[in-house]
Amino acid sequence: MRPTDVKDPDYFHKVVDCQYACPAHTNVPEYIRLIAQGRYTDAYLLNRQSNVFPGILGRTCDRPCEPACRRTRVDEKPVAICRLKRVAADLRDDVTDLLPTAPAKKNGKRVACIGAGPASLVVANDLMPLGYEVTIFEKLSVPGGLMRSNIPAFRLPEEVLNEEIDMILRMGVDIRYDSPVKSLKSLLDGGAFDAVFVGSGAPRGKELKIPGREEAAANIHIGIDWLESVAFGHTDKIGERVLIIGVGNTAMDCCRTSARLGGKSIKVMARKPRQFFKASPWELEDAEEENVEIVVDHEPTAFVVENGRLTGVRFQRYESTIDAKGKLSQKPLDEVFFPADDVILAIGQENAFPWIERDIGIEFDKWDVPVLDATTFESTRKGVFFGGDAAMGPKNIIWAAEHGHQAAISIHNHCEGIPLHERPAPGMNLVSAKMGLHEWSYKNDYNPVGRQKMTHVDLAERLREFGREVEVGFTPEQVAREVERCLNCDVQTVFTDRLCIECDACVDVCPVLCLTITSNGEEEDLRGRLSAPAENLDQALFVSGPLPQTRRVMIKDEDLCVHCGLCAERCPTAAWDMQKFDLLLSYAGRKTCTKAA
Amino acid sequence: MSYIRKPVARHPSLRANALGLTLRDYEGAMSTMCAGCGHDSITAAIVRAFHETDTPPYMVAKLSGIGCSSKTPTYFLSGAHGFNSAHGRMPAIATGAAAANRALTLIGVSGDGDSLSIGIGQMSHAIRRNVNMLYVLENNGVYGLTKGQFSASADPGSKSKRGEPNTQQSIDPVLLALSLGATFVARSFSGDKDQLVPILKAGLAHRGFALVDVVSPCVTFNDHDGSTKSYLYTREHQQAAIEMSFVPHREEIVAQYAPGTTREVAMHDGSLVRFSKVPDGYDPTDRRMVMDWLLEHQRSGAIPTGLLFLDPDANPEMHAASKTPEMPLTDMPYDKLCPGSAALDALQRGYR
Ligand SMILES: Cc1cc2nc3c(=O)[nH]c(=O)nc-3n(C[C@H](O)[C@H](O)[C@H](O)COP(=O)(O)OP(=O)(O)OC[C@H]3O[C@@H](n4cnc5c(N)ncnc54)[C@H](O)[C@@H]3O)c2cc1C
Ligand SMILES: Cc1ncc(C[n+]2csc(CCOP(=O)(O)OP(=O)(O)O)c2C)c(N)n1
Ligand code: SF4
Ligand code: SF4
Ligand code: SF4
Ligand SMILES: [Mg+2]
Repeated sequence: MRPTDVKDPDYFHKVVDCQYACPAHTNVPEYIRLIAQGRYTDAYLLNRQSNVFPGILGRTCDRPCEPACRRTRVDEKPVAICRLKRVAADLRDDVTDLLPTAPAKKNGKRVACIGAGPASLVVANDLMPLGYEVTIFEKLSVPGGLMRSNIPAFRLPEEVLNEEIDMILRMGVDIRYDSPVKSLKSLLDGGAFDAVFVGSGAPRGKELKIPGREEAAANIHIGIDWLESVAFGHTDKIGERVLIIGVGNTAMDCCRTSARLGGKSIKVMARKPRQFFKASPWELEDAEEENVEIVVDHEPTAFVVENGRLTGVRFQRYESTIDAKGKLSQKPLDEVFFPADDVILAIGQENAFPWIERDIGIEFDKWDVPVLDATTFESTRKGVFFGGDAAMGPKNIIWAAEHGHQAAISIHNHCEGIPLHERPAPGMNLVSAKMGLHEWSYKNDYNPVGRQKMTHVDLAERLREFGREVEVGFTPEQVAREVERCLNCDVQTVFTDRLCIECDACVDVCPVLCLTITSNGEEEDLRGRLSAPAENLDQALFVSGPLPQTRRVMIKDEDLCVHCGLCAERCPTAAWDMQKFDLLLSYAGRKTCTKAA
Repeated sequence: MSYIRKPVARHPSLRANALGLTLRDYEGAMSTMCAGCGHDSITAAIVRAFHETDTPPYMVAKLSGIGCSSKTPTYFLSGAHGFNSAHGRMPAIATGAAAANRALTLIGVSGDGDSLSIGIGQMSHAIRRNVNMLYVLENNGVYGLTKGQFSASADPGSKSKRGEPNTQQSIDPVLLALSLGATFVARSFSGDKDQLVPILKAGLAHRGFALVDVVSPCVTFNDHDGSTKSYLYTREHQQAAIEMSFVPHREEIVAQYAPGTTREVAMHDGSLVRFSKVPDGYDPTDRRMVMDWLLEHQRSGAIPTGLLFLDPDANPEMHAASKTPEMPLTDMPYDKLCPGSAALDALQRGYR
């Protein structure tokens, strides 16, 4: 193998598994250390830089970082990255004076955002401080998009939502409520805006066209519409027997909301076995804790109507087998009937743009999704950008935020006359963490403590009061333990080959057998003859240049390194050093980001 | 010195041995050696040898004298017995331990100072008696613990860290042991675990005194230009003359070798040492030949390494020679072990 190019920030970025997996590349280990030091405000501001909604995301994020977390590879469970974010948001001081502000003197450029969901809000957040005049058109009378209309208050309290949205709006965003854009053509023709951002979401819930659908319409609800109607107080009860069709995250919110509106027997009906569910495991757990039953291998075939009223649903039952490769095959069994008073359909969402004319230069593909440049988010019409669920179909808040950042860079380039693809590449800082002979600027002592369990409000109480937040947050003791679980993956092992005397000290001390000094070879061959086999192909091998004494090479398998720094402590020549890596991302009008504090 | 404990996190592919223990179960406390010390590498090799031979830690006694090298038993097999003796006196303690409980596996760890200066008489007699133990001499050419004075193994002409040459002759523990009738004599290098680990395993299987002289650079006082015990010098002069593998008796012997290409020596416990490469005409069981060959080759400054001499039947092991019973003395009922003054009187009368 060729020597690894550690000058490319991507190499070390990949080692910080959580940051790499986070769509917005939140600097997780740094904010966890700030929390450990009690610097909650700094931790909050650092978060806000990349993900903009730490309080909201600390409760609701899909957390792609957690399955990626290095801790899962040496311990049972990942660091509670998401709930620690909430700690920073809950315990911070007033940040009003520390937030970005918009200059009084505007830059003369006007940007329209359609929809006041997280994607548009991030565009406004990034452009307002640069002097842009941003106008948001919102169909509803409140901001937040699905965060407000669909995520139930028992998961995301309204005050948290309001506060973080207000941090953006109060920079002077011109937000127009109750203002659905009915024609993009006329908005563009008006010529009032230098750029337009479409952040209108994926607003249409999918239909289930089986017999009885029309006759029973009064008691069949489309999940996202029904949740919206609950959120705005138009619906406040449901029948006792409720069937939810579908088993994604929307289904989880529907069943738990039903439990609070009078549902007594609530069943979530899934077509496939559990390992194929779309819902996050933690959402399933929370639903089951509220006595929701999850029924697998049932496919709806007909709504049963008697005297013009829904009485239940017929299902085809299946027997599932999963082969060694994980492929599912299902054999039909009998048909069964489940009585129900109400049925909620939660089988997916899709984009819908009835208000975008098809002759204004914006191309759509065969699924009616706009054709976009994957980097710039520009549509086929110059100056019109898409982001969030509107761009790529239903995803989540953190992706919407990242799209917002990228679209803001594009809009800024567009307005400044810079080619959209001229985007500053990420940079990095590497600073030695050495403080003394064997002292480091981070805590390198591995703590075997297990993941802290979130406490939930008692069942009766949470069902009594709709908006009662279920999770109470970590106690100070839990925070103190959970922060210790982070392995500080950003404190990197950095190797200088010309210093190595091949004493083997680092190889011998490494607790997880990461290191090997051996003759070079091709990657596949090398992976098989290291101190321990390097079987996780997602994780890189570091390969040094030839070592001075024997021309062999130093190899590090990044997979299980716990960043204990012992290799560097035991190295007589400081050929290994622990260095803190800082990924420098660029945002609109700002080349690189520096640390919060 | 590291202040933290070695993380308990483990590699999931760690192999469990016949006792269900992984390599990590054979570790000891965190080392306090200087970073980069050859002794730490030898410790790691010892950990591997014990793991791979499925040795139960509680059946091992670790013995040592004084010196950096002699501190290292703390850093392996925390589940074993141990005794840290006065300077140079480890062989006497080991002899006593072997006499009292012959069921124990004994490992002595010593240094060139501990063994070749103050303890040379002790070591010589343990070899002569053929005490059943693995004796690892961690050889760095200096008294590391007392800040790098030349030891008795320093080569004439080799330079101290301050640049002064050594003017006295050196003692070669390998030749010394051969001349004293040792039955197992090896030399290796801390930086060559592929060679060292099989030697240690064979040494553990050997019934009798197994001397392993390991060149073990002292990074702090003897790793400079002009030293003949530095990493670089050893790498440039090491001559891995003899290649062997250790075949435990449990393992079915499947490989077929053309006659003449290898030589196998049966150990008393049923295991085998298989020599796969030796220099032309070299016979690892011929003491005189081996001594001649070493004198010849070492003259040029080469450092021949490997299991240089092995003859398990050359001399009886201490218990065999003194005809002690098979049962460890520690297991014997007290009245049998010490039959009392009447029995002593009777014995003494017999001599009158
Ligand atoms: C039930 C449910 C639960 C969810 N839970 C989570 C969760 O826990 N965590 C998570 O990360 N994600 C969750 N999501 C997904 C997440 O809410 C969305 O991915 C995210 O809100 C998308 O943001 P957006 O800005 O693209 O669009 P949206 O949030 O959908 O906002 C679009 C806005 O545009 C407005 N609009 C639409 N058309 C027009 C128009 N023509 N003119 C003016 N305004 C218009 C809409 O009223 C809306 O306010 C959930 C989704 C659902 C349905
Ligand atoms: C009776 C006695 N004399 C002298 C000493 C001082 N002393 C301590 S260690 C040592 C030499 C150790 O050398 P070596 O065995 O080579 O060990 P190293 O530290 O080099 O591994 C000496 C002379 C002592 N501790 N006790
Ligand atoms: S251990 Fe910490 S830094 Fe590493 S992936 Fe997990 S949260 Fe991120
Ligand atoms: S920091 Fe060094 S010693 Fe610690 S796990 Fe990583 S490679 Fe091994
Ligand atoms: S501890 Fe340092 S000098 Fe020794 S092998 Fe490792 S990197 Fe090289
Ligand atoms: Mg010494």
